[in-house]
Amino acid sequence: MSETATIQKAPPEKRELTTLPRFSDKVFRGVVTGGGLSSLVILGLIFAFLAYQGYSVLRSQGLHFITGSKWQIVQDAAGNVDYTQTKFGIAAMLIGTMLCSIIAVVIAVPISVLSALFLTFYAPPFVKRIMVAVVDLMAAFPSILFGLWGFFILMPSVEYWAKLIHKYFGFVPIFKLEAPVYTRSPFVAGVVLAVMIIPIITSISREIFSQTPLDRVQAAYALGATRWSMIRAVALPYGRSGIVGGAMLGLGRAMGETVAVYTVLNIIYQVNWHVLLGAGGNVASMILLKFGEAGPQEIKALMAAGLVLFLLTLLVNSLSDFVVKRTGAKGR
Amino acid sequence: MTILVKPQKPWASSPKQRLSSASVIAATLATTFLLVAATPLKGKLAYLAVFFLVFIVFDFLYHVRLYGVQSGKDAIARGFVASGIFLATLPILSILVTVFNRGRGGLHWGLFTHDMSINSVNDPIAQGGLLHALTGTVTLVSIALLISLPIGILTALYLTEIRGRFSGPIKFLVQAMSGVPSIVAGLFILAAIVYPVTKSYSGFMGSLALTILMIPTIARTAEEVLLLIPNELREAGVALGGTQWRTVAMVVVPAARSGLVTAVILGIARVAGETAPIVLLTGGGDRVNPNPFQGPMGSLPFYIWKCFSVGTPESITRAWAGIFVLLAIVLVLFVCARLLTERRNNK
Repeated sequence: MSETATIQKAPPEKRELTTLPRFSDKVFRGVVTGGGLSSLVILGLIFAFLAYQGYSVLRSQGLHFITGSKWQIVQDAAGNVDYTQTKFGIAAMLIGTMLCSIIAVVIAVPISVLSALFLTFYAPPFVKRIMVAVVDLMAAFPSILFGLWGFFILMPSVEYWAKLIHKYFGFVPIFKLEAPVYTRSPFVAGVVLAVMIIPIITSISREIFSQTPLDRVQAAYALGATRWSMIRAVALPYGRSGIVGGAMLGLGRAMGETVAVYTVLNIIYQVNWHVLLGAGGNVASMILLKFGEAGPQEIKALMAAGLVLFLLTLLVNSLSDFVVKRTGAKGR
Repeated sequence: MTILVKPQKPWASSPKQRLSSASVIAATLATTFLLVAATPLKGKLAYLAVFFLVFIVFDFLYHVRLYGVQSGKDAIARGFVASGIFLATLPILSILVTVFNRGRGGLHWGLFTHDMSINSVNDPIAQGGLLHALTGTVTLVSIALLISLPIGILTALYLTEIRGRFSGPIKFLVQAMSGVPSIVAGLFILAAIVYPVTKSYSGFMGSLALTILMIPTIARTAEEVLLLIPNELREAGVALGGTQWRTVAMVVVPAARSGLVTAVILGIARVAGETAPIVLLTGGGDRVNPNPFQGPMGSLPFYIWKCFSVGTPESITRAWAGIFVLLAIVLVLFVCARLLTERRNNK
């Protein structure tokens, strides 16, 4: 009997149960979170450094940097920069940026929406597969290719169109022209930019259209709708804000485009509202143009211009992201 | 007696219908030529525009006569949609044809064995080449890839595997980052590194700017791919006793391998032709420079840019030849990415 007492042993220790992640997982999560936050860090650094470099110019010019349209560096007799006289104002280039990109969006949106409709509702699967690949391929083309193509191939035709527009719509203020210089105008740049953003807007609109609820589509057909009445009654209302978001994304791309605009546009530092006149510019291409022979002070001004461009594209992109997201969530 | 049921296609158009729709096109063609000949309109643009308008009118009338007004409206919409896709794909055809026609003249084998260190861009086409540009672009892009691949994939893993508190903001920031203009990326590297620290241009600076442009492309593509991995795989990994780290490293990432390769390829295609930051940062040398940290480094976009700026017939031909090579690279990369995606979808 005494033996049994010796066999009796202490109950097994309680296993420790925890929902806390293991050490390896903690490291993993830390590393991944760190990597994930890199985009925040990079964007923050971009803002910080451009602001740091451009601060002195922004401070001395104040609001004039955005509203003024003079870019002159005055030097005194000794060759030093005279800060009281020197003026940096990028309004002319901001107007040029807006002009070119708005032309681009106005041309690109109808074409893109129609193509997206074709790809979603009209094309047979075989054609659709090829066309989607072709449009995506176009989005991957480098911008210098568009620049050269625009300069050598597109520009002669677009000049001809510009002459036609001037001839028949010359009474509209923005199509007026004092001197018959059609070459390298904001209109040409706008057309090239339109070609560049068509794939972007097309693919966004196509994605939105393909999310159109199938029950509504079939309900429309069951009620005897033709394809067009279905599109008008179901697809367009559903995708409306998605199209707006896509257009804004395209606008953001067009505003930041550098090389293509630089090659086709005759960059002259002046306010030019006449889209057919061969003079204009945009902020990005102005930076590239002035950078080559810029002195230290001017480089700071270019950094400040870069900061303005950065904030502008960030704003437009965020708005478009917001609009597209809202469509995806609510369906309208 | 057996009855053979013949399959019928009541929706298929009968020969008569086909004939009448063909006659619409024929009538349109005839009217177009008559109109262009009779009026002062001329040129390809006139033919296209008149053909398009006349076709829409005729097609509308034809459908209204046969099926009523609704069908007529549908026909108009169809015409516009067709013209939309036509206008959207016309540029790409034009670009491909142009690059092929103009670039062909500047191609020769010497392009891949010579650099421009002893030649100027105005020399005859057969002299010099773009070896320096090719090696430069490969160096720039590889360094950019080395930096941005881990960051991009970690971002994607955060968005798909951890789904932490910052998922929403990070998704938004990645989207915002993909919209950063390339020139701003160049200016940033200038402001942050070149002016305060190194004070000289080099290939590495260009790579850093390309990294900024590459990260969002890789992150977004990788995120899409990782989202496609079925959740069962993750659950199976955890059920076998794996920690999250082991599950992701041994199950999820290997399963998404081909998709991640696609992300890499698209990232390379995105930055291979990027010109603005390269012009600002690399200094653009004319000889092969194997050291990315010192000395100017040539690259394809810079070579094209320089040849185009010079503007003589020889240099323009060189620019087109450079574009031809660049476009060929982008095309090959893109086709690879497509094939990988298709194969994955078929599996």
